[in-house]
Amino acid sequence: MDNRAKFGIGAVIIVGTLSWLAVVGARESKTYYHTIPELAALKAADLRLRMRVSGTVRPGSIARYTGRVDFVLEEQGKPLAVSYTGTEPLPDTFVDNSQALVEGKLAANGTFVAEKVQAKCASKYEPAPGGQAPGGASGDPNKKS
Amino acid sequence: MDLFGSFALILAFVCAIYAIVAGIAGIRTRHPLILKSARQAGMAVCILVTLGMASLVYLFLTDNFAMAYVVGHSNRALPTFYKFAALWSGQEGSLLFWSWLLSIYVFSVLFAYRKKHPELMPYVGVILAGVQLFFLTLNNFIASPFQVLGAMGPDGVMQIFTHADGRGLNPLLQYPEMVIHPPNLYSGYTGFTIPFAFALAALLGRYPGEKWIHITRRWTMIAWCFQSAGILLGAHWAYAVLGWGGYWAWDPVENASLMPWLTGTAFLHSVMMQEKRGMLKVWNVWLVFTTFLLCILGTFLTRSGVVSSVHAFAQSQIGPWFLGFIIAVLAVCTWAFIRNRDYLHSDNQLDSLVSRESSFLFNNLILLVACVAVLSGTLFPVLSEAVTNNKISVGPPFFNKVNLPIGLFLLFLTGVGPLLAWRKTSLESLRRNFGWPLLGGIAAGAIAFPLGFRDFYALICLVLSVFVTLTVGSEFLRGAMVIRSRGGANILSAVAQLTMRNTRRYGGYVVHFGIVLVFIGISGTVFNKDQQMEMAPGSQMQLGPYTLVCQSFESRPGPNNNYTAERATIEALRGGKPVMMLYPERRFYTANEQAGTMVAIYSTLKEDLYVVYAGRSPDTQQPVIHAYLNPLVKLLWLGGVIVVLGTGLALLPNRQAVLAIRAVAQPATAGPVPQPVRVSMGRYEGQD
Repeated sequence: MDNRAKFGIGAVIIVGTLSWLAVVGARESKTYYHTIPELAALKAADLRLRMRVSGTVRPGSIARYTGRVDFVLEEQGKPLAVSYTGTEPLPDTFVDNSQALVEGKLAANGTFVAEKVQAKCASKYEPAPGGQAPGGASGDPNKKS
Repeated sequence: MDLFGSFALILAFVCAIYAIVAGIAGIRTRHPLILKSARQAGMAVCILVTLGMASLVYLFLTDNFAMAYVVGHSNRALPTFYKFAALWSGQEGSLLFWSWLLSIYVFSVLFAYRKKHPELMPYVGVILAGVQLFFLTLNNFIASPFQVLGAMGPDGVMQIFTHADGRGLNPLLQYPEMVIHPPNLYSGYTGFTIPFAFALAALLGRYPGEKWIHITRRWTMIAWCFQSAGILLGAHWAYAVLGWGGYWAWDPVENASLMPWLTGTAFLHSVMMQEKRGMLKVWNVWLVFTTFLLCILGTFLTRSGVVSSVHAFAQSQIGPWFLGFIIAVLAVCTWAFIRNRDYLHSDNQLDSLVSRESSFLFNNLILLVACVAVLSGTLFPVLSEAVTNNKISVGPPFFNKVNLPIGLFLLFLTGVGPLLAWRKTSLESLRRNFGWPLLGGIAAGAIAFPLGFRDFYALICLVLSVFVTLTVGSEFLRGAMVIRSRGGANILSAVAQLTMRNTRRYGGYVVHFGIVLVFIGISGTVFNKDQQMEMAPGSQMQLGPYTLVCQSFESRPGPNNNYTAERATIEALRGGKPVMMLYPERRFYTANEQAGTMVAIYSTLKEDLYVVYAGRSPDTQQPVIHAYLNPLVKLLWLGGVIVVLGTGLALLPNRQAVLAIRAVAQPATAGPVPQPVRVSMGRYEGQD
């Protein structure tokens, strides 16, 4: 067999294995973006998937308990009760009226159980420096505004 | 001063246009004076952009709060040191900074080669000026850093508002590394423009010979070195500032910086195929094009708001410009390639599957797969929305699943590749070169397994790391022995001589060793531990071998009232003996009402004790401390330093061997000189 064919077979095996890993990895971690009004219209099967939802934190709704933080997100007047159960401390920018992005699953009782919360504050400060270091590292989204 | 700055930038814009027009005219007419004036216009751009940059620095240092950009990114209390960082902390300033670095590269290239390559340089000049023109357009007309805050008064006269103070610099950026990380990374990004210009120029001008490939390789190494340092500095900054215990989260911005690094790395390897064997010419040209395009694409992704990133929440208007530029560059590259593709025909074919050539092919294949995986993961929300109308994102498990095996395969090639012969490698030489290192690696794995190295990837990583280190070590040793047997020098000076005689080769080995350390550092994550607890003064936490005792906590103002801080004083003990006092801190910055974390790290070669002040418990008002034990992280940073040193070494010119003329007075004890003579002769790798 000529060497190009041998190399070709090797390449196919490698790329094939990696693609398979990619598919598995994607299935494990894929997260759907939804808006709060959309949630009501979703099919039951879709409601069980991991998703990301954003909204504004309703003022006065943040209630901290041991091991979890409850709050209500709103978008276009529709509320969503969220219960944050992650171990990371909530970001500093997570306050009343801030814009928050939560990631997790919808529980049977309609509460959204979030494992991750990102927030940016609605203060006068311009959100994250748009041009800052494209590249470089960031880190846990939790920690940034 | 703002007028001065804008004026300098406008002039730079005009000079760039002139450099393009005169350059094209020069290529057509071959008139030396026109060519000279085009080159000088290109160099003038650098001086003008420098003036623009200087005036922005001046505006920051004088606290000119009539300037929109200064108000947005600085305040009076900000330490002077960080006023420099503020220059590139926002969209407009960082784009100007980009232009400035690019103009310095362009100046260096035009100046260094002013008397060389008269066929090639005019093309290079035009292409570089074209890229500069794009960025200068943004600097002047789309995102000018010199905008004054003002409004038209009723009498039709501009009223300028001056704020009493600025809104301050984002606290996350108020960290020493933020002053060096962006310049490094930007120097990497902009630096890849130079290889791009040379590759495209050689293709357009059908430049004969392989000379341009040497130049391109050299400049790619410079850009690659900055990019590597920039990525690692960014990772270190994330580690030390964000306080979540890690340094890499597969955020789109991180991915954007990694992609050109991957293709750049691929090019640095495959370019040798072209130098030595005249193969892969088409591939190489496209690798250089792709690397440059990925630099621009990365900038586009993070600045346009296309992909939501923690770095780039801010949406901006420059997205379409970048997209347009990418399409234009791609069009030019494709056109040049189609027109002149016969110029890139290959001289040789692959001779054997066990050869240097094939190791490079696999290296390139796998780096490209990594790049495609990172790119598709980053763009997943965009792609899935286009295809299924559902916006879906993928997280770290996706990236890790694909990239861990890739990383390990690359590590394997790092050990194997450099020792395989060109064309074909015999079984005998395989055994000779790899027998001992492989045994050493397996032995290390066999020792480590009972000691707790149970994670599959971590174990493989250890075996391969030992294997690669031994092959690199044996290469140095073998070469040094030859020199010693001929010259009688001691082994250390023999290693130094050896390295200086073929800097490129041995510098490359040093880089490989640095990469091994980086891999070991990353594999340490498998053994990470962490614990969070409410710690009243006097309470204790046990983490691994360490006992943390909370001594006290307090609130105190920062210098100049820039912030107020809450901090805990925590004593770390190991085996009952105090090792260090740690002061994890949480700062509240006055100007922008944001909080920032200062992590306290006790770092040893074996592990980092990483302590975060996570806030106060809402119920008891006691401080909450989150402590992490991260093994081997220090090797990651150390590896980065070695990579940079190795690249620097590889860029040095070779020193000619002096001892070749020396009498062959073999000491009686030395045995017959074995094979390795070829180390310095046979595998001679060509100088620039």
